[in-house]
Amino acid sequence: MSGTAPAPARRREPGRTRMFLRRIGAMLLKEVLQLRRDRVSLATMITIPLMQLLLFGYAINTQPRNLPTAVLLQENSDVGRSILRAMENTRYFTIVKQTRDEQEFDRLLQSGTVLFGVEIPANFERDLRRGDRPALLVAADATDPVGSGSALAALNTLTTTALRWDRAIPDTTSPPFEVRAHARYNPAAVSQLNIVPGLLGTILTLTMLIFTALAVTRETERGTMETLLAMPITPVEIMLGKIAPYVVIGFLQGSLIVGAGALLFAVPIFGNLALLAVLTTLFIATNLSVGYTFSTLAQNQLQAMQMAMMYFLPNLLLSGFLFPFAGMPQWAQWIGETLPLTHYLRIVRSIMLKGSTLADLRYDTLSLVVLMLVAMTIAVTRFRRTLD
Amino acid sequence: MTIPAPAADDPHSIAIDVEGLTKSFGDTVVVKNLTMQVRRGLIYGFLGPNGSGKTTTIRMLCGLLTPDSGRGTCLGYDIRTDAAEIKRHVGYMTQRFSLYQDLSVRENLEFVARVYGLPDPRAAAREAITRLGLEGRAEQLAGALSGGWKQRLALGACTLPDPQLLLLDEPTAGVDPKARREFWNEIHALAAQGLTVLVSTHYMDEAERCHEIAYIAYGDLLAQGTVSEVIAASHLTTWTVSGPNLVALAETLSKRDGITMVAPFGTSLHVSGPDRAKVDAVIAEFRTDPALTFEPAEPSLEDVFIDLMGRAQGGAAPARPS
Repeated sequence: MSGTAPAPARRREPGRTRMFLRRIGAMLLKEVLQLRRDRVSLATMITIPLMQLLLFGYAINTQPRNLPTAVLLQENSDVGRSILRAMENTRYFTIVKQTRDEQEFDRLLQSGTVLFGVEIPANFERDLRRGDRPALLVAADATDPVGSGSALAALNTLTTTALRWDRAIPDTTSPPFEVRAHARYNPAAVSQLNIVPGLLGTILTLTMLIFTALAVTRETERGTMETLLAMPITPVEIMLGKIAPYVVIGFLQGSLIVGAGALLFAVPIFGNLALLAVLTTLFIATNLSVGYTFSTLAQNQLQAMQMAMMYFLPNLLLSGFLFPFAGMPQWAQWIGETLPLTHYLRIVRSIMLKGSTLADLRYDTLSLVVLMLVAMTIAVTRFRRTLD
Repeated sequence: MTIPAPAADDPHSIAIDVEGLTKSFGDTVVVKNLTMQVRRGLIYGFLGPNGSGKTTTIRMLCGLLTPDSGRGTCLGYDIRTDAAEIKRHVGYMTQRFSLYQDLSVRENLEFVARVYGLPDPRAAAREAITRLGLEGRAEQLAGALSGGWKQRLALGACTLPDPQLLLLDEPTAGVDPKARREFWNEIHALAAQGLTVLVSTHYMDEAERCHEIAYIAYGDLLAQGTVSEVIAASHLTTWTVSGPNLVALAETLSKRDGITMVAPFGTSLHVSGPDRAKVDAVIAEFRTDPALTFEPAEPSLEDVFIDLMGRAQGGAAPARPS
């Protein structure tokens, strides 16, 4: 444009609507240009729906199969073996352990190694042949009612079908034996008892991630990082100093959830409250370390938030919070094992509902420690000590 | 503030000593083979056009960037290996205000005092607040301060841990003249106590307040020394011309051989060139015009820098006044 003003009389003013559309067009073009440079946002738009589809489609199974099952054999009989085979044939159960030791049987259930325990009582075959309709005792770990529900339902149909071809059984219209299922740990299958501990883990994951995901990017964006780097303070010191206050906040948040759960929903705490507190603190620190790692990887605060959300999604779906862990295919379980929430959910459900001890939970505790150290190591090595 | 302990008896001891520093970002060489020395207790002005590598050099000096090649020491500490020690003894004031906007003046200063491990952070912060004249604003959020006060606070924060060397990156950009003057008085007071100050600036009047200056353009160090040394070394011949119709005259003069720079200064023109004989010949030709008054003049620092900048780009200086 030259400096001379256009003669207004001669120039035809474009219509109001044209100008309206033109200005919208200008804005639209600018947004598209900016979006094109924001690769992470674009990646998020593609990754999140794709991840949801794949996880819901392939990993999640609300009718979990192949649930680990232990068998307590009080007698060794053909009929018992037939029933066990029939159980496996339903594909709901996978017998991982057969034992004659009642204590071991209990321990397997207590530690969460198996979700079902089947007890074939003494004299089962004799009673069966007599037509006494003996009971097959099934103990189900009901800390996760979704997981055990459909398998228990399948057991009842088993009573009529399992021994259909066994000629030695008196032919009656009623089933030759009955299944006496006993839901351990949450016998009434109250969903709050399962949801409250789960929520504790999920809420802590989300809030702790958000707190620290912005920790480093905020400093970089506001320009304070340069001052911080020019001062005699090391990356480890910066990280620990930034994480520490949120451990306290997370702990208060956790206490609030547990307290409200106990008061409002009468969620019991069978285990040691101090153990729960210690392991919850460990879980909080692990999540903070993961969030902090995102903030060292992200270029800006938006990216850090997007990373946190992308990480939270598999936590929600693959940890066993919404859907039974045992029902997922092997690959999804492996991914689940790398998520802190998976281990914490086992810990918190076990302590609150089963009264488990640290010895029962050593694998999950150790996993949390390892995940925390891995995250911290990545964060410290990724932290740019210089502006290079 | 104490006189720096190491080698304080030697007035010529060197605070900054770097040789052949080079730094590139991608394909762009930002600092090229820079060699310079700054004596202790001096205020050293660091000048150069935008993007000339001043900030990069300062960042290399305090260990925030690693040079691609070259070596150097800062307060006797190696800039490559002793970054931790350098950080302890060097105060760095960034170009952009980089204290916490959502902390108060007092909280910011106490934070800095704690990071440096001062024995009594509260007392140190209180002392700094008094020294800076920020008493009434101690509880104000740093983000709410005006430009001048922010800059004062930033200077206060980087002198708080009692450094031996201050690196100030364009500390007075966007600050009013009164605040600038007070700032420079403070810098001179600090230097008088034995502190070495390296300060980058675009302002010529500030350059003249420095003990020594260095001019860096596109990564090259073009001139170094006291202001008069730098001016003398330029070998620039300058005349001032006053009279009517200076715009047309400037146009004509700038096209003449030997004249590299014509710049308006108020009601007169500065006409300069590197070759005295050629400049004088051109002037002699125009001097016959009775309406014009010609006077030989000392080139100003700005003349010298514009000339240097033009040479650095490999062509003639932008001669025409815009």
